[in-house]
Amino acid sequence: MNFLSDPVTFIGNWLTGLVANLGIPKETASAWVTGVAVGILPLLAMLWVLVLIWYERKVIGRLQDRPGPNRVGPFGLIQPVADMLKIFIKEHILPAGIDRIPYNLAPILAVGGVLGMWIVVPFSATVHGVDINVGALYVIAVGAIGTLGIIFAGYSSNNKYALLAAFRVVAQLISYEIPMVLALLVPVLLARSMGMNSIVQAQPVWFILIAPLAALLFFISSIAEVGRSPFDLAEAESEIVAGFNTEYSGLKFGMFYVGEFLHAFTNSLIFTALFLGGWQGPGAEQFPILGFIYFFLKTVVVHFLGIAIRGSMPRFRIDQVMQLNWKLFTPIALAAFSSAALVEKLATNWADAARIGIHFLVNMIILGVVVLIGGRVFRARGIRLDALAQRNRAAVKFSMEKSHDS
Amino acid sequence: MILDQVIFLITALVIIIAAILVVSVPKMIHAALWLILALAGIAVLFVLLQASFFAVVQVIVYIGAIAVLVIFAVMLTRKAMQDDGPQLNRYSVLAAAVCLMLFVVLTGMLLSWDGASSLPVNPAVHPDTIINLGESLTNPQGYLLPFEVASILLLAALVGAIFIGREHRAGKEEE
Amino acid sequence: MTISWLYIGIFLVVSLGLPAVAIILAGILAPKKPSLEKSMIYECGVETHGETWVQFKAQYYLIGLVFLIFDIETVFLYPWAVAFDRLGVFAVLEGLLFIGILAGGLVYAWKKGAFEWV
Repeated sequence: MNFLSDPVTFIGNWLTGLVANLGIPKETASAWVTGVAVGILPLLAMLWVLVLIWYERKVIGRLQDRPGPNRVGPFGLIQPVADMLKIFIKEHILPAGIDRIPYNLAPILAVGGVLGMWIVVPFSATVHGVDINVGALYVIAVGAIGTLGIIFAGYSSNNKYALLAAFRVVAQLISYEIPMVLALLVPVLLARSMGMNSIVQAQPVWFILIAPLAALLFFISSIAEVGRSPFDLAEAESEIVAGFNTEYSGLKFGMFYVGEFLHAFTNSLIFTALFLGGWQGPGAEQFPILGFIYFFLKTVVVHFLGIAIRGSMPRFRIDQVMQLNWKLFTPIALAAFSSAALVEKLATNWADAARIGIHFLVNMIILGVVVLIGGRVFRARGIRLDALAQRNRAAVKFSMEKSHDS
Repeated sequence: MILDQVIFLITALVIIIAAILVVSVPKMIHAALWLILALAGIAVLFVLLQASFFAVVQVIVYIGAIAVLVIFAVMLTRKAMQDDGPQLNRYSVLAAAVCLMLFVVLTGMLLSWDGASSLPVNPAVHPDTIINLGESLTNPQGYLLPFEVASILLLAALVGAIFIGREHRAGKEEE
Repeated sequence: MTISWLYIGIFLVVSLGLPAVAIILAGILAPKKPSLEKSMIYECGVETHGETWVQFKAQYYLIGLVFLIFDIETVFLYPWAVAFDRLGVFAVLEGLLFIGILAGGLVYAWKKGAFEWV
């Protein structure tokens, strides 16, 4: 293993050798080096956000037929640095009557909750932060910390609009966790393990081909979890002022946005690891650097898809968001998972290709039933997803007309 | 070994202090926030016991769902931001006496247990703990019946809460 | 405690501390000129009317509760999914019964309008 085929492990071993030469036993030296590497990872992730911000603004600009930032530095590459410097020196305006500790803790939790996901991502065959056997659920758990940060922000701002917006955002976030966790069950089922490394290693055939419905649900739910378009009613200017971060200024406000950009990219990382085979690809085991490159390319493609969706779809209303989740996504997720479990058990002894084909077929059948037949049946009977709201609007209109007549 | 003990002592101290603060701070919303700290400490205890699945589930269910629900409940009632009067009521002396008795009984029991004065033996990490859990949950001689009854219990909770919480729609205007 | 969780602990401390350090640094670098207008709560440009509380809306609590129920259900299913190889077809049917009972709960919530208007 030389430097070119596996640079990170090479540097790790070299540093361990350096430290061990000072007389410390090998395991302790290796543990120290790993500890330092683990400590540097958040810094690397935060620096990567600068590149992400540039990438997103460029792509959104091109989608809207304009060049994006192109003045500060070549191709606008220094733009995020300029933005970062600007937001660093803005005043932290503290409104009256806030609750100091949750107010200051909220942006830290919002960003910390996203950074925490990076430790379980398997970057290549030999490079991963930590390989715990509950990696998939750990990602969800750390996401819950981000949700908590938003509640803290809304409550501590002493602003009833911020509180209202925080309620709506948290209702959206917790609702979309259900299809996400249910769709996450499918790769866990197919790989028979919750560890991220095991899930990646179980994908000589990518899971998106075996369970496309679960992949689609996970992708859409993760977009809703971040709070990007079309689910971005939390931060839309025409909504409740600026939402839960109305009373924040300076870097605290910037941290929420850093957290959002990083969350979008981290979701692409997790999606790639779970459904697109992570670092799997030709030659990825012998040359781990190739695995890292495959992983990076797949993640960039998924991230681009997320940005493209952001730039092209109109925003949902809050009641549409909720009904979409509970009346469409959760039943589909339950059906997809149940069918995956049934097919996996009944077809245990079949050939690989036949089993994968049956999985794919069942997924397509469920999708077809929902989209084609379900939509027609519901529309034919005049049932809409918001039927109750429709009836009540009609009832209010009727009673108003009655009072006008009498 | 020594690191385990230090981490356990720090975590236990944090949990006890947070739990005391939960019941003694004047504002209810602060009590909810200290509760989150206590629950996070319990998750660390699960990790110390080599039960990583339960640590993660503790964070997902308790902190991510139950604590959020508690905060919703506290903030949706009117007096969330105000103090609610004195923290003690007229039974405080009786309650303190009961707590002291409980403390004396528990301490006596622990002192007579020989495990309390020797170093803990780390439980051997069985490589497939979660697999064993999954197997026993569906084993008819294992925990299958509690597993299915749990789902019925959850259904009952769901139905009950929706029945109590739904709005009475006669004449209610749309928000 | 395995060494992995110690690394995770270090990582979480650093990932919570890094934004904290950045914010403290920005607090040192930024100007501090508090004034009466700047510290007033924003309410579309007018003074705040009434107290800062929100009208009680049971829908938020109900959504949280339905989420809690389904969260617990899904968490029950994870060990079942991991132990899949050792289970027979009967165990799979038991798991599907578990899901089915809670799907019934979802249908009840739908019919009773628990998902409207949030």
